[in-house]
Amino acid sequence: MEFQVPSLNLLIVLPVLIVTGWGMLLMLAEFFIPEEKKSWAPWLTMLGLVLALIQTIGLWGYNGGTFTPKGGAPMVVVDNFATFLNIIFLLTGILTVLISIHYLRRTGLDRPEYYMLLLFSVSGMMLMGMANDLILVFLALELLSIPLYILSGFAWPRPDSEESAMKYFLLGAFSSSIFVFGIALTYGSTGTTSLPLVLERISDAGMLGLVATAMLIVGFAFKVAAAPFHMWTPDVYEGAPTTVTAFMSVGAKVGGFAAMLRVFVAALPQLGEAWVPAVAGVATLTLIVGNVVAIVQPNIKRMLAYSSIAHAGYIMIAVAASVNSPDGVSAALFYMLAYLFTNLGAFAVVIALEHKQGEGVMLDDYKGLGKRRPWLALAMAYFMLSLTGVPPTGGFSGKFYVFRAAIEADLLWLAIVGVITSVISGYYYLRVVYLMYMYDGEGEVVANRALVWTVGLTALATLVLGLLPGPWFDMARDAALQTVQMVAGG
Amino acid sequence: MVPLSWYLLVAALLFCIGLYGVMVRRNAVAILMAVELMLNAVNINLVAFWRYLSPERPVGLAWAIFVLTVAAAEAAVGLALLISVYRNRGSVVAEELDLLKN
Repeated sequence: MEFQVPSLNLLIVLPVLIVTGWGMLLMLAEFFIPEEKKSWAPWLTMLGLVLALIQTIGLWGYNGGTFTPKGGAPMVVVDNFATFLNIIFLLTGILTVLISIHYLRRTGLDRPEYYMLLLFSVSGMMLMGMANDLILVFLALELLSIPLYILSGFAWPRPDSEESAMKYFLLGAFSSSIFVFGIALTYGSTGTTSLPLVLERISDAGMLGLVATAMLIVGFAFKVAAAPFHMWTPDVYEGAPTTVTAFMSVGAKVGGFAAMLRVFVAALPQLGEAWVPAVAGVATLTLIVGNVVAIVQPNIKRMLAYSSIAHAGYIMIAVAASVNSPDGVSAALFYMLAYLFTNLGAFAVVIALEHKQGEGVMLDDYKGLGKRRPWLALAMAYFMLSLTGVPPTGGFSGKFYVFRAAIEADLLWLAIVGVITSVISGYYYLRVVYLMYMYDGEGEVVANRALVWTVGLTALATLVLGLLPGPWFDMARDAALQTVQMVAGG
Repeated sequence: MVPLSWYLLVAALLFCIGLYGVMVRRNAVAILMAVELMLNAVNINLVAFWRYLSPERPVGLAWAIFVLTVAAAEAAVGLALLISVYRNRGSVVAEELDLLKN
């Protein structure tokens, strides 16, 4: 680490720089690559993401910050918390590219902008985990969201895709203006937006600080699709191209939770008495709405949208537990890692069945998959079990750690709500399994090599997280420790 | 000098007008305008807090410029989406966009 300029250490933010720079380079290169070689775009994107991933893994264990203003705290921090999340985001990006390649070609969406927007969105997500200043959180949030607005409308002029983009845009812009109003009030009540300084001063902020916290909760709840701010989710997830839905359901959600954990655990623990009940209430509502409404959905994309709302609820339990339990943050991190593999795997199967855009996404299309494509059906059944939380799957380990953290934090009732709603969720997840094996059906399945690899790898990762969760949870614990230490250190 | 609370009151009022606009207006362009009102309320707040609380460090001022920039980027994408929807359907009224409902 010799590349030191006072208070500016670009080497530690190199992964983000690679991702952003790669996006811009590809945008330029786009003009010079001849038409017949445009199919390189996904592989070049992949190369950039893999390079950034290698850099990120190399930063494991590093603890420091950069972009430090005079007499202030660094605006960007790189600790294990950020590194752990960056690994999640980069893996999300890589897997999304893998499932996108063939899908975009057969639906006629194969335009290279797709991959550049994906890269920009990934860089926004990475900054969400690294941001140590509320304004940077806001900028990262927008950097994450704006490419996603475009991506969800990427299948234009198909009306449902456009409609999805417009709904996402209007509600996204609305929620970020509430969020940034909360930031302005935090600035007003503490005189700073830097998280460590907010931590020092927030206890004297009084009423204004509480209002600001409430607005931050609303902003985050919109982003992670938690009830009662989830109304946009099913429509947007259904209308957007399926690969984008897969990317959003993992990336945008984990991005929202990354910033939420850092802001609430590192800067606002003293207001815990105020926000823990609020977050716990939102979690309860989210779990009930997500799991109950998912039951009646005939469209698998809509069903997975409600399922993703429900999973936001489980992560919210961990957020609520994070002040009073040392394992709250690590449970959330582990849960998000397991959710990444399970959900992207399930979406990869959905994409294999969607032979034309918008066709093959009804639950009835899954009838007889067990006979037609036994391996694909087996993988889908496994993902559904993992989403339900049946051992031995990553989903089970994640839920186990989350509920344990909730009980440690004296939120037993919240853990009970989580268990009951998990049981309810079994109904709609296992119905997919039932349809696949108990019926006969016809239907085209398009599974190319990249897709099969993705399904295999995600299933394997889910299995590993289910059978041997220990080492991965220890990693999550290492990652979470930094945040908690920051709190303890004041 | 005008006290700080007056500015905050104006900002809060502007924010509420924007909030009300988002809730009741059905035309997507009007909703977008309401969102811009909310963002401008944020800017008033930021600049007022800067002027009254820490005039020696122009942090709030810089943040206001960030918010402006982001609002512009957001509006650019949003208007492009609206135009594209309008060309296809001849309407940007939120209630008429109802393909995606159960």
